[in-house]
Amino acid sequence: MGPISRRLFALESRKGWAAIAVLMVVGLFVVPFLNLAVPEGSFFHISTFWVATLGKYLCFAILALALDLIWGYAGILSLGHGAFFGLGGYAMGMYMMRQIGDRSVYGNPDLPDFMVFLNWDSLPWYWFGFDQFWFAALMVVLVPGLLAFVFGWLAFRSRITGVYFSIISQAMVFAFMLAFFRNEMGFGGNNGLTDFKDILGFDLSRDTTKIGLYVVSAIALVLVYLICRAVVSSKLGRLLIAVRDAESRVRFLGYSVTNAKLFVFTLSAMLAGIAGALYVPQVGIINPGEFSPAKSIEMAIWVAVGGRGTLFGAIVGAFTVNGARTYFTGAAPEIWLFFLGALFILVTLVMPKGLVGVYRSIHSGEMRDAILRRIRRVDV
Amino acid sequence: MSVTKKHVAPRCRVVIFSILLALLAIIAPGEALQAQQNDAALQQALAGLNVRSFKDKTAAVVALGELGDARAVVALEALTEGRLYGRKSDQTVVIADRDDRIYKLTDPVSGAALGEVGSRDIKKIVANNKLRRIIRGVLGQLALSSSDPGLRLAAVENVIASPTDGSLALLKRARDRETDVGIRAKLETGIATLELGADDIALRRAAVSRLDDGNDPEIKSLLERRLLKNSDGSFVEPDDALRAAVQDAVDDINDRLALFGLAEDLIFGISLGSVLLLAAIGLAITFGVMGVINMAHGEMIMLGAYTTFVVQEIFRATMPAEAFGFYLLASIPAAFVVAAAFGILIERGCIRFLYGRPLETLLATWGVSLILQQMVRSIFGANNREVANPDWISGAISIGGGVSVTVNRVYIVVFALVVVAALAAFIRYSRFGLQMRAVTQNRGMASSMGIRTGQVDALTFALGSGIAGVAGVALSQISNVSPNLGQNFIVDSFMVVVFGGVGSLWGTIVGAFGLGIVNKFLEPVSGAILGKVVVLVIIILFIQKRPRGLFALKGRAAEG
Repeated sequence: MGPISRRLFALESRKGWAAIAVLMVVGLFVVPFLNLAVPEGSFFHISTFWVATLGKYLCFAILALALDLIWGYAGILSLGHGAFFGLGGYAMGMYMMRQIGDRSVYGNPDLPDFMVFLNWDSLPWYWFGFDQFWFAALMVVLVPGLLAFVFGWLAFRSRITGVYFSIISQAMVFAFMLAFFRNEMGFGGNNGLTDFKDILGFDLSRDTTKIGLYVVSAIALVLVYLICRAVVSSKLGRLLIAVRDAESRVRFLGYSVTNAKLFVFTLSAMLAGIAGALYVPQVGIINPGEFSPAKSIEMAIWVAVGGRGTLFGAIVGAFTVNGARTYFTGAAPEIWLFFLGALFILVTLVMPKGLVGVYRSIHSGEMRDAILRRIRRVDV
Repeated sequence: MSVTKKHVAPRCRVVIFSILLALLAIIAPGEALQAQQNDAALQQALAGLNVRSFKDKTAAVVALGELGDARAVVALEALTEGRLYGRKSDQTVVIADRDDRIYKLTDPVSGAALGEVGSRDIKKIVANNKLRRIIRGVLGQLALSSSDPGLRLAAVENVIASPTDGSLALLKRARDRETDVGIRAKLETGIATLELGADDIALRRAAVSRLDDGNDPEIKSLLERRLLKNSDGSFVEPDDALRAAVQDAVDDINDRLALFGLAEDLIFGISLGSVLLLAAIGLAITFGVMGVINMAHGEMIMLGAYTTFVVQEIFRATMPAEAFGFYLLASIPAAFVVAAAFGILIERGCIRFLYGRPLETLLATWGVSLILQQMVRSIFGANNREVANPDWISGAISIGGGVSVTVNRVYIVVFALVVVAALAAFIRYSRFGLQMRAVTQNRGMASSMGIRTGQVDALTFALGSGIAGVAGVALSQISNVSPNLGQNFIVDSFMVVVFGGVGSLWGTIVGAFGLGIVNKFLEPVSGAILGKVVVLVIIILFIQKRPRGLFALKGRAAEG
């Protein structure tokens, strides 16, 4: 084995690789197989709707990983990650908007419908290049990355930490929401970008395209997981944990806290952008609602439910909370906010380490010991 | 002396009395005569309506208008409604109201009943659309002599807005008998605007000199019209010197309008600032003093607003109509109690386990806010609830130059300042305020001095929440009362507190008014939404320079 593959292999324990392998087999082969090959009436059939829904969850999981990277490891709670997710989504949406061409309602080959509606006669400068997929794909990471770099540089340089950073990042995403609601911004205003026809020549309304997007998302999730794993298991990762636990001490030891935070924040924003870009073709719309502060806070609870500071926990949390959302909004929509609210409270009060923490304490016997201790105390 | 005086006094009284009597004898018949003449003229003009030809009817209507007697209004309105008839027996004009087969007659001038007749005894005086249009104009003129000042003012504005040939004379006559100063000024302006178009250059010159000290945008555009060219290339205002004078007058008005525009921005900025202040002041306690990030703060405001709604409904159901307007006053303590109770519940049930873990507090209180929103939505429904403005805070105050402020905004500014002052005094002077500050500054020391810190925490949080509830009462008057009410304020109020400086009431006041005014001054330049975005960006940049806000706490407390 060469040094690179050894380094790659060392990212996970033997058990970890086995788990990844099993999940990849299930995600990449079993699910599409159950959708495509098993007949529709069968008990084992997974409908295309569910495959698309799982595809959405995969994007949320990528987003949760991005957030966990900075919150769980560097102690920075960003309440503005919706901005990076949304910008990635808008970049992809702009590409697909340009792909519509003259198949739009107004049939203008050069301008998206909403611009025709606004009586614009040419594309704004920031739309140029988005008819090329490679350019859009580049922007998906560059735009969120650049925003995070500038924002993070300003914030970390003046040592804005803790809740102040959270509030400022929330203000940032709120500003984005207000700005994107304006029609004059040239991003479709209230309605956002929608009515996409195809991506890279694949018809978005076809089931095979949906499954393809699902598979791409699954692969992306694995890659993002490995990237995050590489970061947190590196020397930088340990530095980040040190920053999280004792920022001043790390600074006094001579490390550049600002640079470390800035790097991981920018990386996290880029990953969030990728998640947004994969999300938009699967749901078929991107609008300023993605920038609402409520959505960005909700992302934090995915991570908290799964367990901060464990990458695997972020994925589990994203799937659990969004699965619950899908269930409740279908079965009892008025219960959903009660449930979500209770989740916020209970997770922070009762299980600060999340589901992964609960699992670990059960597994290691800590939980039993704690219960036993309490019982004994009651006895005495 | 005293005897003489006694004798003189009655005699004097008699003399004065007799002089008065004589005067009365001279004047009274004169007045009566005048009234008789008026009546006769009115009757005669009315009789002119009872003719066949529309041309003659039109002339009669115009004559009625020239008379300027408000009593003609009834008859003219009856004519447009087709209730004016001519009595066949004596050709007098009467108003007839049909009641099945009989017609009840009334006198259009005195309003006296004239008995009932059948349909054969009277003949309808018909009006066509052209006549109705003229009547409308005449009614407008007649309103000039109405006894209601409001109607008179509206009539003056009407005549100025759509002048006819006789308007100038009409306005002049109205000016001569007008007693109300405001309306008289309005009439003067109206006359001047009409005289602007007069043929006599002296009249025009006088009109311009009278108009150049106003600040009315309409007058400005009237003057500007005099500067334009006709279609044949000649100036509307042929005289060069006068044109220059008009230009000067326009410039003067522009300057004054710019000043008023500035004042308008300032006033609206203060108004917005007071709203921000109300929204943020509770947060200044929970976040500023306790360091608790309460994302459910907006929901406390919402609870206050819904309490206002409930109190309003209770008043509507149980109180007499006169007392209804005071529901708002009753809402203030009610909202405080409701929100404070929820505050205690949240603090004891959730936040107290999370002291020292601000990020967790943030998430947990966000959960609380979601639950409260859904709770209100489940109880009251998702739609907006109607909270009425009581009469005593309805209406608007005009400042001039086309600027006016609604009264409720003024009340909110005052209310916000009163709340802040009361809060500051409470923290400064009350025993509880002292304990509160002690716990904030040194929890351990305060505790060992015998202060129950847990209780103080709970009550401080309740105070902050209660004040948010009180803010909700005020905000229910200008904002939609819906379950999402609080969400609209949460980012703004955090911005105010962070901008002003955490832990400083002064900072919160300056922050709120500063942001409000900056926002309103930016709006005309960049549009409402972009203005807000710019303000957010400014704050984000500002925090770089002063991470602890405008009024940062100094010393050890700042390191918190």
